[in-house]
Amino acid sequence: MDTILKSLLEQVADLHDIPVGAYNIRNNGQSEGRNSTASIQIVPKTDGKSGIDIIVKENTKNESVHIPAIITQAGVNDLVYNDFYIGENADIVIVAGCGVHNNGTEASIHEGIHRFFLSKNAKVKYIEKHVGEGEGTGERIINPQTHIEAGENSYMEMDTVQLKGVDSTNRISSAKLADGATLVIKEKIMTHGKQTAETSFEVELDGKGSSANLISRSVAKDNSKQVFRSIINGNEQCYGHSECDAIIMDKGIVAAIPEITANHLDATLIHEAAIGKIAGDQLTKLMTLGLTEKEAEQQIINGFLK
Amino acid sequence: MLELKNISYSAEGKEGILKNISLSIADNEFVVITGPNGGGKSTLAKMIAGIISPKSGQILLDGQDITTLSITQRAKAGISFAFQQPVRFKGVTVHDLISLASGKDLSTAAACQYLSEVGLCARDYIDREVNASLSGGELKRIEIATVLARKTKVSLFDEPEAGIDLWSFKNLINVFEKMHQEIQGSIVIISHQERILNIADKIIVISNGEITKQGTKQQVLQSLLCQTEGCRFMKEEE
Repeated sequence: MDTILKSLLEQVADLHDIPVGAYNIRNNGQSEGRNSTASIQIVPKTDGKSGIDIIVKENTKNESVHIPAIITQAGVNDLVYNDFYIGENADIVIVAGCGVHNNGTEASIHEGIHRFFLSKNAKVKYIEKHVGEGEGTGERIINPQTHIEAGENSYMEMDTVQLKGVDSTNRISSAKLADGATLVIKEKIMTHGKQTAETSFEVELDGKGSSANLISRSVAKDNSKQVFRSIINGNEQCYGHSECDAIIMDKGIVAAIPEITANHLDATLIHEAAIGKIAGDQLTKLMTLGLTEKEAEQQIINGFLK
Repeated sequence: MLELKNISYSAEGKEGILKNISLSIADNEFVVITGPNGGGKSTLAKMIAGIISPKSGQILLDGQDITTLSITQRAKAGISFAFQQPVRFKGVTVHDLISLASGKDLSTAAACQYLSEVGLCARDYIDREVNASLSGGELKRIEIATVLARKTKVSLFDEPEAGIDLWSFKNLINVFEKMHQEIQGSIVIISHQERILNIADKIIVISNGEITKQGTKQQVLQSLLCQTEGCRFMKEEE
């Protein structure tokens, strides 16, 4: 592995070496290494699409899957389809994430379309980090899609983070929840310069006792723009909550467009959105502790995105 | 020694919030500033911390003119300020805030020490965020802990008793007494509470932007009590 690849793998997947357990490392659209285990099979797609199927056997516990995707060349347009089939009662951690290093003038694009099929009682923690870097003027574009079908009493938690270097992102997530299923999505985004980030969630709470919690925290600096859309439809006795909290700085722009629809009398749906600059009294308080205004700002943002 | 010389302040639409105030607070002196609401006490405390600048006058710390220093510079020069209404931070933990206050990376045990002093069961609080999930009284005590952690020459508290329940109030008095014994610095508390007034070396009464009385508690408390409605009523009876 070269140093750029190594550094990106470390940033997006906390990998310092070849991971233990099941993994697939994708580099510039090609598989750089792959490993299956007794309980987790990773197999290339056979329908002509680029991508893999990840099949987790029922009752698999305490295992992890790493599937980072890296792009280190300019002008690459990498489209990948990854499907996850999680067996009954399995409890696993999946670490995805994408790093784009672009030193050229042409755009590098990664589009990862991930589908999750959770069987009854399955539990998944899905961690996704996106990072862009490199000196080139070519744009670093990452457009992830996550589509979830959550079976009876299953639980899925998705932590998604994009803190620097991605010029443009359009993130689309959807989920359908069966009886007793739970979905938690935590998103953290920071944009700089002229970056744009668009996020949309669409959640169908179809099952009795299903619940979804979407939490987005973001910071828009310089001239960057962000749009947060969330749609939650409560179609049964269920609980849905979405929260968009954004700090704007400089000439940053953030729009939050929530939509909640109760199609059932026992659906409880809540949306909260708050957008604003850093509160003056927060800066003042930290300055009375001896921090400069810049240091105070940094502390507040670090905490907010922690 | 903290000295204020001829401090005046007025804001747009409100003249004479502070009128020509002069006072001095010696090292190791425990001073309580009291007086009616809207009399200018909080304004004065904010001015010492550098949050508000005076229209005229001078503020000196150990003889050095700090009137034009920023909030940060004053904090570094040795002034701490506990807000009347503590600020909430999403994502910043109690541990983070106390570490920032102390100016170094405090271990959990060291940070917990300050929380215990203000009567919070440290383990329950140390990793919590300083956000809306904490009650007003809890925030208030954490705010006091940040000032304890700073150990500066001058510690200012703006109505520390507000929002603190009676049971904790006794502990609060102990906190200030202990602080007074331990740190070689000045403590300035804005308060309406007789029990806080009772432990002061000096009481300053500010009313309508002016110092109307200052001295020991014996000198000041007596006259304060005589300004109550009851006294006036008695006078009318005569």
